[in-house]
Amino acid sequence: MTPEQFFGLYIFILAAFVGYQVITGVPKLLHTPLMSATNAISGISLVGSIVAAGAHYNSVSTALGFIAVTCATINVVGGFLITDRTLKMFKKRKPGGK
Amino acid sequence: MIGSLVDLLYIAASVLFILGLKGLSSPETARRGMLLAEIGMLMAIVGTLLHHDIVSYEWIVAGFLLGSVIGVPIAVLIPMTKLPERIALSHAFGGLAAAMVGVSEYYRHGEELGAIKMGAIGFEVMLGALTFTGSMMAFGKLQGVITGVPVTYRFQNVSNISLFAVTIGSVAYLVYDPSRHALFYAMLGLAFLVGLLFVLPIGGADMPVVISLLNSYAGLAASATGFVLSNNVLIIAGALDGASGFFLSIIMSKAMNRSFTNVLFGAFGAIAETAPVSVAQTAGVNEGSLEDAGMLLENARSLIVVPGYGMAVAQAQHAVRELADLVAKHGATVKYAIHPVAGRMPGHMNVLLAEANVPYDQLYDLDAINDDFSATDVALVVGANDVVNPAAKTNPRSPIYGMPVLNVDLARSVIVLKRSMNPGFAGIENDLFVRPNTMMVFGDAKQTLTRIVAELKK
Repeated sequence: MTPEQFFGLYIFILAAFVGYQVITGVPKLLHTPLMSATNAISGISLVGSIVAAGAHYNSVSTALGFIAVTCATINVVGGFLITDRTLKMFKKRKPGGK
Repeated sequence: MIGSLVDLLYIAASVLFILGLKGLSSPETARRGMLLAEIGMLMAIVGTLLHHDIVSYEWIVAGFLLGSVIGVPIAVLIPMTKLPERIALSHAFGGLAAAMVGVSEYYRHGEELGAIKMGAIGFEVMLGALTFTGSMMAFGKLQGVITGVPVTYRFQNVSNISLFAVTIGSVAYLVYDPSRHALFYAMLGLAFLVGLLFVLPIGGADMPVVISLLNSYAGLAASATGFVLSNNVLIIAGALDGASGFFLSIIMSKAMNRSFTNVLFGAFGAIAETAPVSVAQTAGVNEGSLEDAGMLLENARSLIVVPGYGMAVAQAQHAVRELADLVAKHGATVKYAIHPVAGRMPGHMNVLLAEANVPYDQLYDLDAINDDFSATDVALVVGANDVVNPAAKTNPRSPIYGMPVLNVDLARSVIVLKRSMNPGFAGIENDLFVRPNTMMVFGDAKQTLTRIVAELKK
């Protein structure tokens, strides 16, 4: 393993712990928005696909990169939109009832 | 110079993602949190566009446009009852994107790859591919294109596990000798197949666990991409997603009192499916009319509504709220009891009721409300079945014995809205339906509720 790869492993393990800690704090009420939010965040694979699509390494990489950019964009754009749409619906009882 | 700017943007993005998820710990801070995550995503994308390898932008922009053209309408137009389908699809896209990046990296570097990088690519492609087909299968089952009933055949588990072992073995061999191109593509094909075959035997009622697991896999695949490209923001975001999916799967499995292995290999309900409702059982059913149900509700001092997947199917959440509001107007206390696995994904019922303008402080979790049933006049069960089955508490021979259920049977009276006497998705008989204090009202939940509302308004 190169030092860079070791460093990546450190980051992965620490991020997984942070993620687990943060996510245990999410109430069951919001588990669906949590799922769509993490979907949107996992659209971060855009970062990898953008380079593959734009670097012109070879035509196969460009084509695969294009497919990947499309898929990841669907997740990012759609994921954040739908999360916000869901979260907007959660309202507290108005004081004094309605 | 640009390199460190990109790195700074990535660090900021990672922090914003974590803060964004932290915001989800309360409905009041959730939207602000998501805004932070969105800003983080934007920063990561801008940073990537500055990457020195990029020579032209036409395919990138084309992908952005096509992705938005597909993604935006789905997100804006999809009805809330179809959210599980949309989530399954997005796992599929996430998996496919990761797999494609992995294949592209392998195609470029092939035999020059070191062992660790090859391992990461193999892992990424395998997970991405099986997440893709597995999620498409889950989507098909949720949509009803593919039967929601578990599909089983002889030696299914043995053949599935062997297939998976061969796939992992291929990855291992590629780490040893990355120059075997044919083996790499065979592994890709196998992984696609494994995804399909693993989800095939899983029944509709187990979908919350499967969807959570696939969520986790999609995240791990993204993380593996980060190892391949030595990109830390990918590693971090993927790890967050993976941890979240893993945590949700644990909660869902616990709520069904089953282990991962049991969900994945148990083909739940396959045997009980054929067992018909016995004549003796149907004979004991106390069928009520709309007037009877209306009368009970009119005189109730307290009401607990228990929604299930049937409410989503009938799109009855608005009718439920209307009825509950009316009962509340008569002076009764109204609460909603949400079982963690009611519906087809974590939090499904909460979202539907929120959509129908039910304030979220009326929604109670299983543990928070289970002691209240014995002091409640009426429990109204709308399209829920297994999650209210008392056999889980009393009958050690029941397939769901030990699963935590809502104590609906302890309420003074129970009204069950159900389409017919057919057993639920898991095919298990429910003796709640034949108890003396239970009144069954058959028919489409939405129509029944609307008619009861009309009855109460008289």
